[in-house]
Amino acid sequence: MLRARFLLPLAAFAVFAAVIAVLGVGLTLDPRLVPSPLINKPAPAFTLPELEHPDKTFSKKDMLGKVWLLNVWASWCVSCREEHSTVLALSSSGVVPVIGLNYKDERADGLRYLARLGNPYQVIAYDHDGRVGINFGVYGVPETYVIDKTGVIRYKCIGPVTPQIVRDKILPLVKELNRNA
Amino acid sequence: MLKLLALLLALFLAGSALAKEAAPASPDPALEKRAVALEKQLRCLVCQNETIADSRAELAMDLKKEIREKLKAGMSEKQIKQYLVARYGDFVLYKPPVMATTVPLWYGPFALLLAAVAGLFYYILRRRRSVAAQPLSEAEQARVRALLDSSEGQP
Repeated sequence: MLRARFLLPLAAFAVFAAVIAVLGVGLTLDPRLVPSPLINKPAPAFTLPELEHPDKTFSKKDMLGKVWLLNVWASWCVSCREEHSTVLALSSSGVVPVIGLNYKDERADGLRYLARLGNPYQVIAYDHDGRVGINFGVYGVPETYVIDKTGVIRYKCIGPVTPQIVRDKILPLVKELNRNA
Repeated sequence: MLKLLALLLALFLAGSALAKEAAPASPDPALEKRAVALEKQLRCLVCQNETIADSRAELAMDLKKEIREKLKAGMSEKQIKQYLVARYGDFVLYKPPVMATTVPLWYGPFALLLAAVAGLFYYILRRRRSVAAQPLSEAEQARVRALLDSSEGQP
């Protein structure tokens, strides 16, 4: 009798505490980070004109056999400026080729941005209408993809790349992917 | 008069120029209706608590265009949803699908409600039993009688 009298409120409190705990954890998560369904799936095939050389095209197939980074950016994107120095440093270290995807930008604006802040990209694909962006599931620029030798997406960073992400996520992953044939 | 006409014409042209910036409406009303109905079931990933139909974000505009083109090309609503889920994940669906990970979301509130009702019933039953199980003692009954008698005739 006495036991039930204490157990019942205790059980009710436990349920209440569990709900509060779940909601509390929810508060610490960033709702903007939507997990991409494209991880471990082949990156969408695309062929686009290059930003710097409109007569040349860049295709996903050009990178087969290499581990590479696809960095989605635009001149109108404020957080891209935030990550720019990190991308520059990563690119100049020569560890991994960085390909740019200039997303929904004007060619002249994109070129001016690079002239002012420096160009970290080996090649820049020019996605003027954002079609390739949609195929990649881009919803917030900047986004960075690590793509393996067979063209499969292995990692996606939404938002600006930080030196910490480069050190803890991107570099170890690139090393590992390069080791695998 | 001519000036006025020119002004009206300029206003008219300005209006149509602005109208072009609005949502990319399809000239086919049936297709437009289907597109809008579909957009209402899809989430804009930029402004997450808005549907694509409500959103004015760049990405939502692009997706509206994409949806219309796909409908025009003969794709079904289901196929378009699959196309978007493949790119943006289940989150793009405004109404989350029932899956292993969303079961608590769909049925959790009902489970909590059931547990609460069960608890309440248990409490009431137990209380009734405990109250019924204790008849009054001789002394208590005498006291009750005395109290009832003494209160008789009072307001």
